[in-house]
Amino acid sequence: MAYKIAVASGKGGTGKTSVSVNLYHYLAQQVSEKVQLVDCDVEEPDDILFFKEAQKEHEENFYQLIPEIDTGKCTFCSKCAEYCEFNAIVILPPAGFAEVNKRLCHSCGACLVACPEEAIHEKKEAIGTISCFRTAIGNGIVEGKLKIGSAMQSMLVKAAKKSISQQNDLVIYDAPPGTSCTVVQTVSDVDYVILVTEPTLFGLHDLKIMVDLVQELKKPYGVVINKTGFGCTLIHNYLATENIELLGEIPFLKEYASNYANGELFNHIPHAIENSFQAFITNIDRKILQYEGDNYFKW
Amino acid sequence: MKIAITSSNNNVSARFDKRFGRAEWICLYNDETRQIEFMKNRHTNLNNGAGTKTAEKMISLQVDRIISGDFGPKAKNLLDKFEIQVVVVRENNLTVEDIIQRIK
Repeated sequence: MAYKIAVASGKGGTGKTSVSVNLYHYLAQQVSEKVQLVDCDVEEPDDILFFKEAQKEHEENFYQLIPEIDTGKCTFCSKCAEYCEFNAIVILPPAGFAEVNKRLCHSCGACLVACPEEAIHEKKEAIGTISCFRTAIGNGIVEGKLKIGSAMQSMLVKAAKKSISQQNDLVIYDAPPGTSCTVVQTVSDVDYVILVTEPTLFGLHDLKIMVDLVQELKKPYGVVINKTGFGCTLIHNYLATENIELLGEIPFLKEYASNYANGELFNHIPHAIENSFQAFITNIDRKILQYEGDNYFKW
Repeated sequence: MKIAITSSNNNVSARFDKRFGRAEWICLYNDETRQIEFMKNRHTNLNNGAGTKTAEKMISLQVDRIISGDFGPKAKNLLDKFEIQVVVVRENNLTVEDIIQRIK
């Protein structure tokens, strides 16, 4: 089984993508070529932008099954509407009206079980795409991209995770921002969570929420502070009081930020950045070795 | 004509609730008989589909017009299918009585 790491943050813009992409790059170079990166930020996937050489190998639509009610067979008993946890079904007997609202439906299938007349059938509805890209090093990138208008993020994250190669030693999930269902879905099956934060009040506030989440999910985790160097010790103090492991610190450098904006994370990496990533990778490698040690027989 | 007005409580001096699906009460006003009736909205606290379910209720009550602060797209689409007129009142601090006075 591959060792799975999620990169999450709570607050947006702290550097999940930078950390994920760099982690992929360095792990592939230094730890194992058999590493895959999964972009779980399905509403705005962007990991691929940093791999200009990447070739799309495969793309497929992912479908959600939406029930449709055949009003010819329907007796308007409203059983399906009673079963529906998401209030997606509207039945108006006098009007002969029975409809499923696509935006509310979660495809749980309860209405099909409820219907005594077999008047409900499921129809495929595309909610997004899953793409696989080959990169110069590593096992490549899997990207989930949600169709505009669909609200089935978690479903697509799950599908993206299922499309990963079986030949991996390591898998990195780049989580969406926030602490909502999609993030829970991303983090739920990983072996380790890297929380990326920034030294601001806002960064600290959202980090705390994220820490609550990973503790509740009982996942081992550590923190990376991105954009350091402004003298703010809020995060350091918090980590010290709560006894949370600091995995690394990445200094803020204008030069590096402009590289990022140009999509060039791996060219002309400033020394300070390179060194901080090396130290961070060493810490992560230690986690991987620990895991391998603990799971020696399973591995 | 049967008119529904979203309300925060069960009397005409209550504040006009600008939310449709999440309104606590619905005032049903008949402009022919001048009859006023209050109905508790059972869908206020639904996790999903409060607007859709409240719209469904309005349709089944054969309301002709609904007055509220705003309507979500799902509720609006459903009400449109049954040609129920929706009226949006954006002013704050109105009571249900104020609304009734305007349509009398």
